[in-house]
Amino acid sequence: MTAGRRRVAVTGLGVVLAAGTGADALWQALLGAPPEGHRAVADWDPSLWLGVAEARHTDRFTQFAVAAAASAVEDAGNPRTAPDASGVVLGTALAGVGTLERQALVRSDRGDKRVSPFTVPMIMPNAAAAAVSQRLGRRGPCRTVTTACAAGTDAIGSAARLIADGVCDSVLTGGTEAALSDTVVAAFHNMRALSPGGRTRPFDAGRDGFAIAEGAAVLLLEAYEAAAERGARVYAEVLGHASTADAYDITLPLPDGSAAARCMLLALRDAGLGPADVGQVSAHGTGTRHGDLAEARALTSVFGSGGPPVTSAKGITGHAFGASGAIEAVAAILSMAHGLIPPVAGLATEDAELGGALDLVRETPRTWAVGPVLSNSFGFGGHNGCLVLGPPAT
Amino acid sequence: MADGVFEAVVACVVDVLQVPAGKVVEEAVFTEDLGATSLTLVEVVMALEETFGIDVPEADVEAVRTVGDACDLVRGLT
Repeated sequence: MTAGRRRVAVTGLGVVLAAGTGADALWQALLGAPPEGHRAVADWDPSLWLGVAEARHTDRFTQFAVAAAASAVEDAGNPRTAPDASGVVLGTALAGVGTLERQALVRSDRGDKRVSPFTVPMIMPNAAAAAVSQRLGRRGPCRTVTTACAAGTDAIGSAARLIADGVCDSVLTGGTEAALSDTVVAAFHNMRALSPGGRTRPFDAGRDGFAIAEGAAVLLLEAYEAAAERGARVYAEVLGHASTADAYDITLPLPDGSAAARCMLLALRDAGLGPADVGQVSAHGTGTRHGDLAEARALTSVFGSGGPPVTSAKGITGHAFGASGAIEAVAAILSMAHGLIPPVAGLATEDAELGGALDLVRETPRTWAVGPVLSNSFGFGGHNGCLVLGPPAT
Repeated sequence: MADGVFEAVVACVVDVLQVPAGKVVEEAVFTEDLGATSLTLVEVVMALEETFGIDVPEADVEAVRTVGDACDLVRGLT
């Protein structure tokens, strides 16, 4: 973060996904076979983190965030930070849509008087960040970013800025999503965004949309020097972030990918890096016809041919919308820790229309010279978010 | 009164507020003794409406301070 005064360390990881709870469950999933269908967090039990009354009064997207945030703090060794210098910045796209759907049905079936008085505080997008702040006593900035599927990435960038600028010493950040409601699934289906076979196949010639995922990923960010001083395990460093807008269409990406490309270059500039410094691209790669094509064009314009290896986690994870950027940030960090880049699951035959310039990681994990990772996220509304993460300084 | 109202009210309060049944006595004040908030008190009244098949007017909700008040409210409407 060249504009900021302080370096930003990632010291804790918390993950709640269909694949399981914890960063290792994500890593094992990324090295395994792609599941079929939507990725619900099956048999979710909020009682590990919330009382019965609290669980009743929180939507799943908030419950996932509370669990992931608590896990991230625990993973970091429960560091003590001053409440006033401790922030929360979370992303979500569809927030408490499941609660809204249920209460709309209650109202339709049984009338106005049966609608829960907790409906509004359950569905509001900031409910998750507010719950994390409240439960962990974090009294610094508490914000919610809603840039659709770029929200997780933009949240982390925004959180890192709070530390770089000296506003916070510690920020819990990431994304959360629980949007597998029947109405949302039907809506995505009707807009032809979902893969009829339930298989996300990024950059494949036969790609036909994505599968929806639930879950949350939260990272604990701390001021680098302070984290190093207390002997914290530093997973990675947040080096840069940028966001741009397509100013084009509410769902379709700008076809030439130019605003996405500009976002990548601005994020690299924020990190004080150039395209040649990037060791890996974690693509948005949702497996939609238009999205992957625009991203491929953007990547080609930034890196040319001979660019860094490109992967996409979504063949395994499915698309968790506002949580996806945070899940992929964790995946990138794990990729640094393990010295391996997981392959693009679901990619069998690269789409020739993509131009052939991308070095897509195919079939098996690839060893790599660990370096900065550019992680892309793009959202409905034309939101582009790019994050640059680096391995911990040695 | 052995009309079963108190016992049914206790069951609603225990379920909604997640408090031990032993704390739900006639004199217990919802906010101070049972940890209710304005919103959870609304939920208690909604649970009473469901259980007893009654319709509690808005003005009556505000008059409910204790568990005994809730029992009287139910008896007045059943």
